[in-house]
Amino acid sequence: MSKFEFPKSIASRPVWGTLEVRPGEHHLMIAEAEGAEAVLDIATPDLMAKTHLIYIPKGADFTTKLQALNPAQFYEGPSYEAALHRIRRVLEDAHMGLQVYLTGTEGMMGQAMNEVMAVGLPHTAIQTEHRGSVARRMQCVHCKGITEDVEVDPFVCVHCGLNLFVRDHYSRRLAAYQGVRVDAEDHGNVPKPKGIYE
Amino acid sequence: MTIQFNDESFRDDYTFHNSDWAIKRFPFPFHEDSYMYSVNMEQHRGGPEGSVYEMRFDVDEHYVSEMKDRAIVLDQDPLRCQSLPHMTLAGWDLLELIMVSKSEDYPDLFELHRNGNQWRWINKPLGIDHSFTFMDETTLPYGPMEYITRQAQGDFAVLDQRDEMLWMDAGMVTTQADWSLDFDIGMNFFEWHAPVPKAHEMGIFQRALKFLLNIQQGAPARRLNWTMTVNPLLDTSPENYHKWGIQKTTLTPENIAHKQHLRVELQTFFRLPRSNALVFPIRCYLCSFQDLMTVPKWGRRLHRVVRDLPVELATYKGFIDNRPMMLDYLSQFDDGLPTSPGIWPDLETEPPLTK
Ligand code: HEM
Repeated sequence: MSKFEFPKSIASRPVWGTLEVRPGEHHLMIAEAEGAEAVLDIATPDLMAKTHLIYIPKGADFTTKLQALNPAQFYEGPSYEAALHRIRRVLEDAHMGLQVYLTGTEGMMGQAMNEVMAVGLPHTAIQTEHRGSVARRMQCVHCKGITEDVEVDPFVCVHCGLNLFVRDHYSRRLAAYQGVRVDAEDHGNVPKPKGIYE
Repeated sequence: MTIQFNDESFRDDYTFHNSDWAIKRFPFPFHEDSYMYSVNMEQHRGGPEGSVYEMRFDVDEHYVSEMKDRAIVLDQDPLRCQSLPHMTLAGWDLLELIMVSKSEDYPDLFELHRNGNQWRWINKPLGIDHSFTFMDETTLPYGPMEYITRQAQGDFAVLDQRDEMLWMDAGMVTTQADWSLDFDIGMNFFEWHAPVPKAHEMGIFQRALKFLLNIQQGAPARRLNWTMTVNPLLDTSPENYHKWGIQKTTLTPENIAHKQHLRVELQTFFRLPRSNALVFPIRCYLCSFQDLMTVPKWGRRLHRVVRDLPVELATYKGFIDNRPMMLDYLSQFDDGLPTSPGIWPDLETEPPLTK
């Protein structure tokens, strides 16, 4: 599957990379949905023998292919939230020198990156590659609630119900983009939603 | 001079007003008849007597009412004041800087008595007389940054400096021109400036950062920034934009003179001694169009600046829709005569309106 080219954007917006094999004795990979393909692209028997692979399918079906790579440890979680407890446990034991590979949606990578940084690993130990959905994790600037997997602009905040437009301004701390009431200056005049990059 | 503090509101019935004194000392932000972003920074070493530049932290007639407004905002949304755990020392630095400056610059209003770490702070306008132990948080009702910035006009961003970069790791932000501390906290200089148009491409932020990283203790700097606000609303936050945004549409040719305000930020930069953090006070001054028009030079100039401002800037500043109505009003005060250089009103030397 071809990769989505994000249009050039503002300075707070994260830039995602392309995974490559790094030397090291310990590797942690977190892949979500089509992120599996990025793992398949770089997997070698030697690398996978030292890798703990965490996979969150989100409706995609790469489980058999990933298992066939014979990772040192394999875990499939039904959602990021469910997998999070395990991710934190793995990171607790993280050695300096652990190499982390994150691939999938921006929302997953942003959140997982914060978990990795929280245990003191340097950002240079983290690689990312965007794959699959271009949906965004959005924070409503008014009620502060997070709406996951937003594909259209404007969208409805699942917490307060306001119609929000999708900004490019991004907070790494929140791993979210900012949503702002779209009809604040003309109540009720909500444009028809369209895809974020349309 | 002794200051008469106004009893006024910055919300609901909007009884905010400027005295003649406040109008004459308003920090008009345009030194010429046009405006574009620039690295407009200079040393903050006083200024003309009575001007907003004179003291390190200017106190004016709005002080008491602004502090009441801040308390309302914090009551409704405590996230407007945040400090990441490593910023407490910088908070003490800031408390010291403000207490020392205010007690030296306004001895009739503020007193600071220090005996080792036993400090007594007297704030007469707000009726505070508080003894506490410097560097002991348990002796203050709030963290040190929150304690002192509940008693100082303007917003405060406290920047940690590391890896040749500034990080917005603490702040008190209740009078902001539409940006969110809660969203921006933890960002670096380029990230929090990301939404600003043009200035990145112009290299302004690169040069500004270099300047800021080199600011030394005892050698503060300053600059002016500006935008437009309908009604004298201090809390133009994104958090509450879903409530105040609609006010922009209440402007009419009949009410524009008193409803439309020029909003000017006096931004200063101080290096803090123990933490090596940088504090960025953002002091907001509001002035209605009709009050500004009492200064002929400002009337001529404001019309020209608003008329010629690039669309991107008028859009970013949020007044593109109201610009035609503003120009209809302002053009009455522009007779085409030249204006003197600099921001000062020059009332004695500039000709009256000949229209
Ligand atoms: C370190 C202290 C500073 C802080 C904390 C700060 C913070 C901010 C913030 C939060 C915004 C709003 C961005 C948004 O739309 O979300 C902003 C706007 C801006 N800043 Fe800064 N800033 C600082 C220093 C500077 C300096 C030194 C310059 C010098 C050129 C500068 C130039 C600007 C400009 C041009 C804008 C756009 C303002 C407008 O058009 O109304 N800033 N700043």
